Amino acid sequence: MNIGELLRSFPELTVTGVTQGAIYALVALGYTLVYGVLRLINFAHSEVFMVGTFAALFTWGLFGLDSNTERPSIGVALLAILAAIVVAAVTSAAVALLIEVTAYRPLRHRNAPPLAFLITAIGASFVLMEVAGSLTVRRPFGVPALLPSKPLFDIGGWAVTPTQVTTVVVAIAMLVGLDYFVQKTRAGRGIRAVAQDPNTAALMGVNKSRVIALVFILGGLMAGVAAVFNDIKTGSTKFNVGFLLGLKAFSAAVLGGIGNLRGAALGGLLLGLIENYASALFGSNWRDFVAFVALIALLMFRPTGLLGESLGRARA
Amino acid sequence: MSALRERLRISNLPKPARYSLGALGLVFLFLLPNKWFYEYLGIPLGFAYIPLYTTKNDMASVLFICTWIILLSLGLNVVVGYAGLLDLGFFGFFAVGAYVVALLTSPESKLLTEYNWLESPWPWLVAVPIGIALSLLAGVLLGWPTLRLRGDYLAIVTLGFAEMIRIVAKQQDWILNGDRGIPEVGHPPGSVGGEPLFSFDAKPYYWLALCVIILAVFLIRNLVRSRVGRAWVAIREDEDAAELMGVPTFRFKLWAFAIGAAVGGLSGTLWAGQANFVNSTTFSLENSILVLSAVLLGGAGNIAGAILGGFLVIYIPEWLRSVGDVFGLPETVTVGGSTYDISPTSLRFAIFGIVLIVVMIFRPQGLWPNRRRAAEIQHRKKEVAVGE
Amino acid sequence: MRVFGGVAAAVLIAGSAAACKADSEDGGSAACGLKIGVFGALSGDNAGLFVPAKNGVDLAISQYNEKNKDCTVELTTFDSQGSPDKAGGLATSASQDTKIVAMIGPGFSGESEVANAIFDQAKLPAITPSATRPSLSTKGWKIFHRGVGNDLSQGPAAARYIKNVMKAEKVYVINDQTAYGAGLTDEAKKVFGAGMIAGEDKTSEKQTDFAGTVTKVKTSGAQVIFYGGYTAEASLFLKQLRAQGWTGTLVGGDGINDTNMLSVTGQKDVEGTIATCPCAPATNAKGTFVADYKKKFSVDPAVYADVAYDLANIFLEGIKDGKSTREDLNTFLGSYNKAGSASGVTYKWEASGELDPAQVVVWAYEAKGGAWVPKQEIPKS
Repeated sequence: MNIGELLRSFPELTVTGVTQGAIYALVALGYTLVYGVLRLINFAHSEVFMVGTFAALFTWGLFGLDSNTERPSIGVALLAILAAIVVAAVTSAAVALLIEVTAYRPLRHRNAPPLAFLITAIGASFVLMEVAGSLTVRRPFGVPALLPSKPLFDIGGWAVTPTQVTTVVVAIAMLVGLDYFVQKTRAGRGIRAVAQDPNTAALMGVNKSRVIALVFILGGLMAGVAAVFNDIKTGSTKFNVGFLLGLKAFSAAVLGGIGNLRGAALGGLLLGLIENYASALFGSNWRDFVAFVALIALLMFRPTGLLGESLGRARA
Repeated sequence: MSALRERLRISNLPKPARYSLGALGLVFLFLLPNKWFYEYLGIPLGFAYIPLYTTKNDMASVLFICTWIILLSLGLNVVVGYAGLLDLGFFGFFAVGAYVVALLTSPESKLLTEYNWLESPWPWLVAVPIGIALSLLAGVLLGWPTLRLRGDYLAIVTLGFAEMIRIVAKQQDWILNGDRGIPEVGHPPGSVGGEPLFSFDAKPYYWLALCVIILAVFLIRNLVRSRVGRAWVAIREDEDAAELMGVPTFRFKLWAFAIGAAVGGLSGTLWAGQANFVNSTTFSLENSILVLSAVLLGGAGNIAGAILGGFLVIYIPEWLRSVGDVFGLPETVTVGGSTYDISPTSLRFAIFGIVLIVVMIFRPQGLWPNRRRAAEIQHRKKEVAVGE
Repeated sequence: MRVFGGVAAAVLIAGSAAACKADSEDGGSAACGLKIGVFGALSGDNAGLFVPAKNGVDLAISQYNEKNKDCTVELTTFDSQGSPDKAGGLATSASQDTKIVAMIGPGFSGESEVANAIFDQAKLPAITPSATRPSLSTKGWKIFHRGVGNDLSQGPAAARYIKNVMKAEKVYVINDQTAYGAGLTDEAKKVFGAGMIAGEDKTSEKQTDFAGTVTKVKTSGAQVIFYGGYTAEASLFLKQLRAQGWTGTLVGGDGINDTNMLSVTGQKDVEGTIATCPCAPATNAKGTFVADYKKKFSVDPAVYADVAYDLANIFLEGIKDGKSTREDLNTFLGSYNKAGSASGVTYKWEASGELDPAQVVVWAYEAKGGAWVPKQEIPKS
């Protein structure tokens, strides 16, 4: 226990924790959306994210940027980030949809038991990760430096960098946008209806297949955006980048209450903070241990996560 | 066709035929790791001959891996297949069993060298029951607070448990010695003509594990057919209804968890006895997922299915290593100036992933499902159409 | 319990003739068609660390075959995924194939514990390009050879460089919890002494977010980090340190002495980074290795590729000399004494299988202008 370390660097741990949490939250949304509608842990979502990181890298390649090029001007940098967001989000959404069509839809047509979906999800995850691994010779790829490293402002003596600000701002915008979409639009109402009661929703004229496809696309979009900022934040990507992050994001979704959009956001944020505080308190090697202990302890007291399952009602 | 099928079910055959079939199967399994036997197994395909054994990896060793994975899937099948509890961290119990054996039987274990708890390494045979008991205890300790959680929440808690064990194992300065591991783990006893029976050759271990599997199958089968098994099925199908009918659901769930954990621990003790070296890299999350896919691929809720699944998840990727040689496939391709490795060896997990998807699409209940469970699901299909 | 339904019965058809068996062994001149094995993680998470070594061997063998078209040598790979639990079977399989006369590997220390014991029984000579655990040479294996210095040579050398050459007052010590990384830092810490260490932390493999560690380094005020680990994590860690404005120097072992460290981190961020290497500055010449490697695999050679290339060439030299059995090759290794063309290391082994300590020189390399530039030999005390 190193309380001094925690107190000394509390502001910076908080800032970096929030940034990490924003990325967890975006990926967690993908898990939670699919879970809310289909009651299915989409294990392949981590690879949707992984594909996004490479799509972003590819986009920057088109801009002529690589890890050795000089930092571009702020205008070019923002344009490159914007382009990467679009490309990565679209690519990830396409991959998510592809997984739904090839690995899940046929099973639904055959009325497979829930665990069968888990296995096709694992299968899809294997395929994507191993193919990406072979294509990239399993080596890491550096990401170009984009945003200036000069701090924008500081909180309690800790300099906040433009990267951190952009990540959090974009993540919040995405979260608010998604929340608005699900709560206020017609398509969002369809999602909520199917999540609550698929059969009644179908009777009321909601096209379930379309809602399910939409949910995968939305999750993919979020993962794509997260992928861009993960690239920028960690400075590189690799074929297995999704595995650990997917696991964390899934934990975040459960922490907040799986199936609950705001819960996923809250869970992501909390997990990011817990991890950072834990690595100061106990050393980075205990970071994940503490995160899991916190998760299990929380589930003991709130068995359906912090905010409960609100997208759909908990199905007995 | 279906009438013929019905007549050919093992359970419908006359008793002598059933027994001799079983005996034949056992003889086959015991002969299998011998090279003079397995190298004749294969499929003649006109132009080529496809060997069914793993030409790139020692067949006996592959078979031994199959057996301890089969034991694991038997244990997990009790938890997932019978009691219907989703456990994503089953490998944690395997780790407990393996580490107990390693700590007690290795002369380089920190119990001897640093803590001086032991005077000298214990024999493997003594360490095994302790390993099983501690795994069972771990199962109870994990299950006690968490089994009140439902479905996917339980899944993440079990996953967390396995990760926590791995993180503890990873600490270099702790007792489990992290990535550096514990070498010179003890082997099972026994010698033939002065030479120890259990050393580097995987065959004796395979035979030993086969006997353990047979024993485990009998125990689990009897348990499933008893009151306990009926209670599990009731919990799996409708927990609330079972509780209302007077089934103490929590106690039976804990039972399933503990028994599964003990079998998982047993598998770990066997593996450690053969491995000679135990370190933290073996206990990654991927292995828990592999065992889960074994159970579901084979058919959850059916002992035979779990065995088949456990065999296939190891055998398919290992066999794929050699498939390139058979068909003379190129190892690499060059597209646009870049060379990509497309040998079946490096793509075998991608191929395995496709196999998983295809099997689940065409046989969503698994390859060898439990007939009764399949019927239940058929029945439920009429009540609610999930998804579509 | 259906047994005859479907495919079950059709699967097991006994093969017809013995002629079909995969490895029919006939006598004849054994010197041709020999195989060299490569043993290590070729798929899975750790593959990035060992695939370059495999490629190095691949390159050496294909160059050899180019020159000796009438009597070629074949490469056989054993993909252990780096885990000890897969190593046993593969090692047994390698031992049984009598055409395999030499082995490069195993790649990691853990799997070495399992595999070398089996190779030793089969008298199959093995040289590891990358397993650095010191205790491997004390197990009494006659076939064990190490193509690099072990943790005991590199860790203290790196520490001496930080202490005596860089004259750092404070150093932050980090390892990645692998046997390699922890071995390096454990030995280095003994040289530093407690007063010099500003703090310690651990990372883990596959980690991509180092925010917690970055913060701790920054608040500790240390201007030098000693990192025991590999490029995959070190490059990201350094990049994230720079993004937070840290201006100090990162020092690592040969685990980061590869081109990926330069390209992934980016020239600007990596500038000034020190990587030690138990290899002489002849490395700089490297012959045509880098160009040949890049031509064949379209990527830059990564860590251990050069070592593995040299080691394979030693075996090929022996085979060319007519050493066609495992025993002969093992004896050949015992009396070998030459410098490798790609790595610049002089390969001369002691009876234990360690490189002759007199030959182990540790050099410091500095990342400068997008390349590793040899800086100086690190004094032995």
